[in-house]
Amino acid sequence: MSADVSVDVSVDVSADASAPGRPGAPERAVRAGGPVRPVTAVLARLAGWDVAVIALAALVIVLASVFVDNFGSSRNFTFLVLDLLPIVLIALPMTFVIATGEIDLSVASVLGLSSAVMGYLWNQGMTIETIIPLCVLLGAALGAVNGLFVTALGLPSLAVTIGTLALYRGLAFVVLGDTAVADFPSSYTSWVTGTIGGTSIPNVAIIIVALAVVFGVLLHATPIGRWTFAAGAGEQAARFAGVRIPMLKFWLYVATGAVAGLTGVLWTLRYSSARADNGSGLELAVVAAVLLGGVSIFGGRGTLPGVLGGVVLLASLQNALRLSDVSNEALNIVVGALLVASVLLPNVTQAVRAGTDRFRRRHSHPTGSPPLTAAPR
Amino acid sequence: MTTVQDIHPRIGRTAARRSALRRVLTAREISIVFALAVLVAVTAGVRPAFVHSQSIRDILLGAAIVAVLAVGQTVVMITRSVDLSVGSILGLSAYAAGTVLSDHPGLPVVLALVLGMAVGACCGVINGLLVRFGNVPALVVTLGTLYMFRGVAYLWADGEQIYADELPGGFLKLGTASLLGVPYLVVIALIVMVVVGVVLRNYPVGRQLYAMGSSPPGARLAGIPVGRRLLGAFVVSGTLAGLAGVLFAARFGTIDASAGNGYELNVVAAAVVGGVAVAGGVGTVWGAALGALLLTTISSALAVLNINQFWQQAIVGALILLAIGIDRLIALRVAAALKKEGSNVR
Repeated sequence: MSADVSVDVSVDVSADASAPGRPGAPERAVRAGGPVRPVTAVLARLAGWDVAVIALAALVIVLASVFVDNFGSSRNFTFLVLDLLPIVLIALPMTFVIATGEIDLSVASVLGLSSAVMGYLWNQGMTIETIIPLCVLLGAALGAVNGLFVTALGLPSLAVTIGTLALYRGLAFVVLGDTAVADFPSSYTSWVTGTIGGTSIPNVAIIIVALAVVFGVLLHATPIGRWTFAAGAGEQAARFAGVRIPMLKFWLYVATGAVAGLTGVLWTLRYSSARADNGSGLELAVVAAVLLGGVSIFGGRGTLPGVLGGVVLLASLQNALRLSDVSNEALNIVVGALLVASVLLPNVTQAVRAGTDRFRRRHSHPTGSPPLTAAPR
Repeated sequence: MTTVQDIHPRIGRTAARRSALRRVLTAREISIVFALAVLVAVTAGVRPAFVHSQSIRDILLGAAIVAVLAVGQTVVMITRSVDLSVGSILGLSAYAAGTVLSDHPGLPVVLALVLGMAVGACCGVINGLLVRFGNVPALVVTLGTLYMFRGVAYLWADGEQIYADELPGGFLKLGTASLLGVPYLVVIALIVMVVVGVVLRNYPVGRQLYAMGSSPPGARLAGIPVGRRLLGAFVVSGTLAGLAGVLFAARFGTIDASAGNGYELNVVAAAVVGGVAVAGGVGTVWGAALGALLLTTISSALAVLNINQFWQQAIVGALILLAIGIDRLIALRVAAALKKEGSNVR
């Protein structure tokens, strides 16, 4: 390997690393870089994990449509959306909660309690038009209890919401026992399972899109979103900057509870069955989807499109594997591996990037020892 | 409680008598013993059958398995981590022990215990390596491995079940027989508690785990090999979960891949009720084991009192909230007392 080439490469690389957006860098990269640099350039551009997740979700959908029978069918699309409905709805406010550095493990129990209360009130002869807002309010109240414990008492949210996870689920059983209420009006149940006009888009997609837009705008275009990230990135700095963190966190818990309550209503209507154990274990799936979408468990980082990508990735993968007769339980391995990978890979790429940067800096220094190799592999 | 004990040497001699009283009153374990005593007294008052030896035995057998898990969880939690995968490890190890024993009925029981612990240790190593080298928070890693280990158990079992009549009698005796009137399961749980408890209390390794939970940067600056200790804590937790899996298999005899499903929350609940702080640095294995005993006693007391079984979960939840609320109050008081005494000394 001639000295000329190596010097050229190293100078070029250092320019690339220190100023990725500099004009002229790309074509130089193409000229001298070989296969390594374009890849890193692309990686730098698509720096976010969220973009990778969305791409991965798209890839899974494309591959599954080609290789899995019935995956691309319109009927399956309807089921896919209905299946991801509870996870995507709760994941929206959960993104905020996790972005502030907290967590809410009680969401599935709020869902269950909302469902149980819905069945109980229906048995008491209340109209469904009164029950639905009551259940959403109930969810908000349950979220407010979480919020009070976390903000007013300053308790760790993990412990608090493990406690309310058990408490709310227990109350659901107290309300409804192990019975089920099933005779909900068919106009409502068929709306939830029905589709828009002649298309295969389910009616509930309207709710998903509406809430996703609201939460997306809140997170990325309003002070609330900036406060959320600020609180998660550095609580003290955020407080000094005037963010009322306890207030913010309290209302985020209320919102999470309200959405979980609404999800309980939709869950009940979809399966026409109000049961105390509805949505059991869903909390882990929601947290998994949010983290898979690139939200940092430490708070301060994440995007809503990434979370949506995470939900779609999980749901379509599960759907495709189920259609391919992979057992439901074996899916657990895939979900778990994806979750670990989602937090592991960004760290690994970061470490690799840091390593190669160090390597380049050492070798691009003009008075340093002559480079041994042309380009880092 | 650790913090209180740590403070004591600094309190002046005049305060010695007052502090001795406070030591007893603030010992976190005392409150659980008290709650347990009240619960048993009230239940026995209403239904004397509750204190018959058979019902006490059942409670102790159930508590022993959760206590072993809670001891492992304590080791992890005092370092400000959490291990959510213990329920899945229990299932995997229970199925492994059951399969091997039903295929080779001649194997000694001790070997089954070792095998289960080895399976658990492997799972613990996976958790620990991911946490240590992946730089990933334990909550996420063990949430992921919760799914993965359970999935492996399901794949392996493939819908099959192991029934008690396939298992050698010597092994099932482990779950039912007693040593001098104390069930083997309880003996094993007590041994685990004493060993881990003494190591945590009296050995440098144990104190280093507490230090890591109290202040991670401080522990690092003090030269504690934080990464290695954390890995070790997860291996201990995994190994004990594996042991609990074999005990589970011996006690129930019928094992499928869903054994121990959802145990992780019970175990964390037992530890939290027992005074182990989620934020790390505080708690003892005795407290965690007492928490396990209290939770088990509550569920059988409800059954004996004919109270709707459905209340059980709600009570557990309320108890967790109560426990962390009280711990918070105690911590605030200790901090205030420390401030006052500190100013007197100086």
